[in-house]
Amino acid sequence: MKLLVAVKRVIDFNVKPRVKADGSGVDLANVKMSMNPFDEIAVEEAIRLKEKGAATEIVAVSVGPAKAQEALRTALAMGADRAILVQTDEEVEPLGVAKLLAKIAAEEDPGMIILGKQAIDDDSNQTGQMLAALLGWSQGTFASKVELDGGNAKVTREVDGGLETISLKLPAIVTTDLRLNEPRYASLPNIMKAKSKPLLVKSPEDYGVDAKPRLKTLKVVEPSKREAGVKVASVDELIGKLKTLGVVQ
Amino acid sequence: MKTLVWVEHEGGKIKDSTLPAVTAAAKLGEVHLLVAGKDVGKVAEAAAKIAGVGKVHVADDAALEHALAENVAPLVVELMGHHDAFITPATTTGKNIAPRVAALLDVMQVSDILSVESADTFTRPIYAGNAIATVQSTDAKKVLTVRGTAFEKAAAEGGSGTIEKVSGGKDVGLSKFVGAEIAASERPELTSAKIIVSGGRALGSSEQFHATIDPLADKLGAAVGASRAAVDAGYAPNDYQVGQTGKIVAPEVYIAIGISGAIQHLAGMKDSKVIVAINKDEDAPIFQIADIGLVGDLFKIVPELTQKL
Repeated sequence: MKLLVAVKRVIDFNVKPRVKADGSGVDLANVKMSMNPFDEIAVEEAIRLKEKGAATEIVAVSVGPAKAQEALRTALAMGADRAILVQTDEEVEPLGVAKLLAKIAAEEDPGMIILGKQAIDDDSNQTGQMLAALLGWSQGTFASKVELDGGNAKVTREVDGGLETISLKLPAIVTTDLRLNEPRYASLPNIMKAKSKPLLVKSPEDYGVDAKPRLKTLKVVEPSKREAGVKVASVDELIGKLKTLGVVQ
Repeated sequence: MKTLVWVEHEGGKIKDSTLPAVTAAAKLGEVHLLVAGKDVGKVAEAAAKIAGVGKVHVADDAALEHALAENVAPLVVELMGHHDAFITPATTTGKNIAPRVAALLDVMQVSDILSVESADTFTRPIYAGNAIATVQSTDAKKVLTVRGTAFEKAAAEGGSGTIEKVSGGKDVGLSKFVGAEIAASERPELTSAKIIVSGGRALGSSEQFHATIDPLADKLGAAVGASRAAVDAGYAPNDYQVGQTGKIVAPEVYIAIGISGAIQHLAGMKDSKVIVAINKDEDAPIFQIADIGLVGDLFKIVPELTQKL
């Protein structure tokens, strides 16, 4: 079975995003960029399925600017076999990405597509579910465990009340939650090896997809700031404050 | 504009998370509800009583019992033939279903809205709440998920909606429910609790987490939350997690115990009315947003606080 994993290049999760003074967006100039953390978990899960013998080939796909090749090289260094970049300098929304991935899925015929549950830049949490809809496939979102069993995948999902387990008919979409696995670091020899793995560069037009945004961002502002309050020295003083605020009787 | 709001329910009762979504929908126009599930007659009756509700569409079928997105989405798409907006709470159920519906309608969803600015313009958090974007949807129909803490809850009583049965909601044969481990708790639900006591990695172990946090929560009638670090370390179950990728909460009082205050945790709780922080590190970022801070050993402070309250 072939696996497709989708990865996005985003602001590094350790960097505090700064809103541009003109309100047009978040300043990404000279900011460290990395693979979206949830996508690293997706790549890791694909590699583990391959190591268990449940998968034969892993294709990593990204939609984004030329520099998104870096995220794909990271995926290749971790253990993906080849990569496809749908290169565009325009912003592509989850719906556009899902349409492109659906076309690639039609060409590649994978048994499963694994994606991060959300990207830490736009926090949309949509692409996997949209891709499942467009392909007419089953979806296991927010996965904390994935087991393959013949023509089905058993997926444990992190839901608001706890955990839920569902059985999905393959081919299926899986989106990853934090506790699915702990992604490996790529070793230096593997980083070197990744440089010679195949990486195909395509354009949205190659797939005949209109990926023009449907949402217009009118402005981006900083959230209202919270001021630090007071420090108290003892539990009694703390209780006193809580009483003043009417929080406890 | 006619809106269709997804009603979340469990055990024959409407979940509180539905009510802020109704408020958001009412800002757009007429509010219709969708109650989908198995044997949901009682839920539909309760839904019709929510203030401001017009019509309640009820789809009663075994295939809808566990709200599997594969079975629910075609039903919603059919109803969207005569509605203009599909709205769900931004819960794990809503987040699972809404994008599937949006893609089938060829609509770009607006996730996690914080406000309705006009019929097509909304604000939403991006970058873990470090920025707020105002976005305008150019799609004819809208698909929205609603952040529960950003809207008042609609009144659960006082409405007189009409109930209408709808067919559809077949088992499309793509997925099956296998089982669930839903924690049964006497405590209030995290997302609707008035007080939350939350523990971090400094608790050190699952035993110490529960021995320290639970008695204080019980004394205050509070819900228990946890930081991602505490959940990752196995001190608390995943459904306790407060933060960007966990639950977004805004209680009257949030008591952060042994939580340093990573950006992604703050994103989930910084809209709480009063934030109390107890931490041994006086430079912990949590103190920069806390209304009341107490520096010291939580293993001494918390039992003392519990006893004295």
